[in-house]
Amino acid sequence: MTAGERGPALVLDGAAVDRGGRRIWSHGSLTVPGGAAVVVIGPNGSGKTTLLEVVLGTCPLAEGRVTVLGEPPRRGNPRIGYVPQHYAATVGDAVRARDLVALGLTGTRWGLGRLRPDERARVDAALDAVGAAEFADRRMARLSGGQQQRVAIAQALVGDPDLLLLDEPLAHLDVRHQQEIVDVLRGIHQEREVTVLVVAHDLNPLLPVLTAGVYLVDGHPHYAEIGDVVDEELLTHLYGARVKVVRTAQGDLFMRSG
Amino acid sequence: MAVHPPAALAAIGYQPEWLAVLGEDFMRRALAGGVLVAVAAGVLGYFVVIRRHAFAAHALAHIGFPGATGAVLLGLPVTLGLLAFCTAGGLAIGWFGRRWADREVATGTILGFATGLGVLFSSMGTRSAATVTSVLFGNLLAIAPDQLAVFAGCTVVLVGVMALIARPLTFASLNPEVAEAKGVPVRALGVAFMVLLALVITMAVQVVGTLLLFGLVVTPAATALLMTARPAAVVACSTALGAVAVVLGLVLSAMFDLPPSFPIVALSFLGWLLALAVSRRGAASRD
Repeated sequence: MTAGERGPALVLDGAAVDRGGRRIWSHGSLTVPGGAAVVVIGPNGSGKTTLLEVVLGTCPLAEGRVTVLGEPPRRGNPRIGYVPQHYAATVGDAVRARDLVALGLTGTRWGLGRLRPDERARVDAALDAVGAAEFADRRMARLSGGQQQRVAIAQALVGDPDLLLLDEPLAHLDVRHQQEIVDVLRGIHQEREVTVLVVAHDLNPLLPVLTAGVYLVDGHPHYAEIGDVVDEELLTHLYGARVKVVRTAQGDLFMRSG
Repeated sequence: MAVHPPAALAAIGYQPEWLAVLGEDFMRRALAGGVLVAVAAGVLGYFVVIRRHAFAAHALAHIGFPGATGAVLLGLPVTLGLLAFCTAGGLAIGWFGRRWADREVATGTILGFATGLGVLFSSMGTRSAATVTSVLFGNLLAIAPDQLAVFAGCTVVLVGVMALIARPLTFASLNPEVAEAKGVPVRALGVAFMVLLALVITMAVQVVGTLLLFGLVVTPAATALLMTARPAAVVACSTALGAVAVVLGLVLSAMFDLPPSFPIVALSFLGWLLALAVSRRGAASRD
């Protein structure tokens, strides 16, 4: 399927979700076109991660309908790659980067058996795509936060997904490593026909990649082109703190001021 | 007064007839049983470490204690009591402690109650003193032929089931959220693993005892992980390390008339120290 005839990546129609008896968000009606690079923003607790879980099929809707890549969401959809928040926290210190990436391909398979040569090649390709080839044989605990995040993205990428979900991929990274990850994401988005959905608190470093945003405000998700998301009034309302948008020659840049 | 060696030291002496002792039937059963348990523990040990279940493993061994003393009280086989309590404990820990942080608390709470039951049961029984000692410290030399058959059956089942679930279990252990999204039954695998762990611990308690269980279930895997991070190699190494510790431990116990639990866990510990020293040196020269 080429980019031109590709359908929408995500459609919400009157969608609402509950968590523990509490309504998280409702009246979600939006369409994310295939191939978009979309940031999901909103204050803490507004249901950003929950939106990803709806897409993954791990959180059912309370109301309305959702379509992911043209079908109802379902757990185990191989067309979706997912990097959860705090990815490295559960990994521990006993595993090599390469083995983790391979799990993205074979982790659902029962029984023993070695990687096939074509699978090995795909693991190598995914590691290459995120610039992780040189430390692929090292243990995760020996890697920096930025390197661990690259491995996490490689694991999500190894199945060649049509939709890539990333939950706070830049959290706990310093400015340089944030930029490196953004460069990786930009490369992936440009070279592969993949829709990217990324949850983030800080828009600034991601702006070179983003084409649109889903913002969760007042309990409702909305979709807009990125130019309309980076808006003083919207961001100020969204975060409940005064936000100033400064436009520079390089592009948009939003800033927060107290 | 300082002329006489303490009685404890006098009891440890070289036994010249140790080679003949090794050929005895009870020793052969001890070797076979010990190696079987080492294989099962080595396979499970890797997952105990990557799932951070070390405390749960420790707790399950202690949860088995009231099972063993309770079985003696009712005139049932000790293995049955151990198995019932370890499995129930494993299921409870797997059920209540879904997240790692919750699990620590759930495990400790269940452990506390089980140990209390163990005290109660052992105070009620008149014949239980020997059982208490053998459950706490292991009694590899007393393995009966039918016990050996149970060990063999359990090890075959364990290795077979682990071969089937190894990959999804690894995925669920290392990346639970991703595995869940990919359709891996993370929760069911977690409970299944606790049951398998209960099975291994039921066997291992009879070899090294509740108090020394770590030496067979966790230490070989920890040692293997210091040497390599390839999952298959870790499992192979920890199995081999456990088996070597059991065999050499039994030889030493025959040579010096020691209870085998001690040389087994001591060798296991020495192997870990050695691997730690080598890996530290390796890390230092790389950095």
